[in-house]
Amino acid sequence: MSFLTSLMNALPGAVAQGLVWGIMAIGVYITYRILDVADLTVDGSLATGGAACVMLIRAGVNPWLAVLAAMAAGMLAGLVTGLFHTRCGIPAILAGILTQLSLYSINLRIMDSKANQAVSVDKYDLLLSQRYVRTMSLDNPLPLLLVVTVVVIGILYWFFGTEKGSSIRATGANPHMARAQGIDTNANIVLGLMLSNGLVALSGALLSQYQGSSDINMGRGAIVIGLAAVIIGEVIFGKIFRNFALTLLAVAIGAVIYYIVLQIVLQLGLNTNDLKLVTALIVAVFLAIPYWKGKMFRQKIQPQSAKGGNGNA
Amino acid sequence: MLELNHVYKTFNPGTINAKTALQDLCLTLNDGDFVTVIGGNGAGKSTMLNAVAGTFAVDAGTIAIDGKDVTHLPEHKRAQFIGRVFQDPMMGTAPTMQIEENLALAARRGKRRGLAWGITRAEREEYREKLKTLGLGLEDRMTSKVGLLSGGQRQALTLLMASLRRPELLLLDEHTAALDPATAAKVLELSDRIVAENHLTAMMITHNMRDAIIHGNRLIMMNAGKIILDISGEEKKQLTKEDLLARFAAVAGQQEETDSVLLS
Repeated sequence: MSFLTSLMNALPGAVAQGLVWGIMAIGVYITYRILDVADLTVDGSLATGGAACVMLIRAGVNPWLAVLAAMAAGMLAGLVTGLFHTRCGIPAILAGILTQLSLYSINLRIMDSKANQAVSVDKYDLLLSQRYVRTMSLDNPLPLLLVVTVVVIGILYWFFGTEKGSSIRATGANPHMARAQGIDTNANIVLGLMLSNGLVALSGALLSQYQGSSDINMGRGAIVIGLAAVIIGEVIFGKIFRNFALTLLAVAIGAVIYYIVLQIVLQLGLNTNDLKLVTALIVAVFLAIPYWKGKMFRQKIQPQSAKGGNGNA
Repeated sequence: MLELNHVYKTFNPGTINAKTALQDLCLTLNDGDFVTVIGGNGAGKSTMLNAVAGTFAVDAGTIAIDGKDVTHLPEHKRAQFIGRVFQDPMMGTAPTMQIEENLALAARRGKRRGLAWGITRAEREEYREKLKTLGLGLEDRMTSKVGLLSGGQRQALTLLMASLRRPELLLLDEHTAALDPATAAKVLELSDRIVAENHLTAMMITHNMRDAIIHGNRLIMMNAGKIILDISGEEKKQLTKEDLLARFAAVAGQQEETDSVLLS
């Protein structure tokens, strides 16, 4: 009984964290699923978002403006990765790692050479705080997070339906075809990376306010959490959510589920230090399942496809 | 229409794998020419088409389309003049996008892509009508993902996409090679129709001598990165497969045996 009550007590916090990280996961979805690029910039740009936001609020800037500025910083990080990749010919995964590494120094500079900077809800008028997550008041962070998530999904749904957004989807789906149709695939990859890292930084900005501080290590393993959310969303809702907006919603819900499950295993007695190991293994298994499935499927179908052919055109 | 002037291209220069693919290649296409291109493996046929499309930069020489020098234009900018269908049915379409989305992308070839909605209602009707002319029933599956289509259906769709905005030049790179004979014949017939209806200038690579003779008004044969035979008009109409093999033997000399095997 005490297990259930303490779980119920922890639930609002898990949902709030899930929603914050869900925005980051949507950013990961843009690169990983739409652009077909594994972008490791996010581990750095999440912390950049948090650092920029906290330092600006501490300097007396309006929190909304601080969040917007944090997003701009994240987009800059995406721009750098994009230019490394498209203009310098560096493989995308390595370009992301280079930016991520350089962001470690940059984030320290942003945070005045400290590994941690606090922004207390007592001193500053923050948009959201962990403190009120179980209170029934206007200060509760959950409504705000829901609104931000819905607005983000709405804007992305609109954007990826436009001519420009469609051309980005085509860039990820088939770059040969995209170029043959006059699409500048390099420019689109840069744009997609900027968009993605802008969202990741937004998530970092909200997270830093939520937990009342920014930390140089707050983005460590973010890419894996993002992938976990994307995969959980696809596994659970892939068959029923066909619409693009719903697919993005599934990613956000995936992040919430991830944090609820995390809460449960922690309450069951998992050592906090082992969390990242467990997360990585779970993501590895889920990434492997489609591959294993494909292998088994091929072996079964082979004798049939030999006489089938595709003469129905 | 298209002018290739002394074009050179060597792949992997300075290495043991160096391969001269185009050597002092000159070719002028007239408005409305439908040229079939034949030649043995490694003769430079696909390289020539890719050089025109801008897949890579050429080492020397110039390429002009409709009087405009495009030698230094990147691939995506040349696309405004060029419609393409590839040998691999997977190459010409975006498999995870819908049929109508693929068409909408093709309809905007060479135009600025802004923040207007990616496909309009009027377009959908237009696409439905055009898909009907293919006779494949695709007009009833416009929101299906292209990845679900067969190779032949995809090539037909890619052809339609290539001609949706009238291209100055249509490049068909062995676009029926991956299809079974019946489907290949259908796609070829469709290619003929699209070229004729839109009065297109086109180049078509084929390994099938018969197809090369039947289709188009002009035939060129390539060998070692050069054009070694260029036949058009009445002369082409009289052409037989045997003629072609003999002409090839005469020009290519010592390579006769290996290449006649490849060509037949």
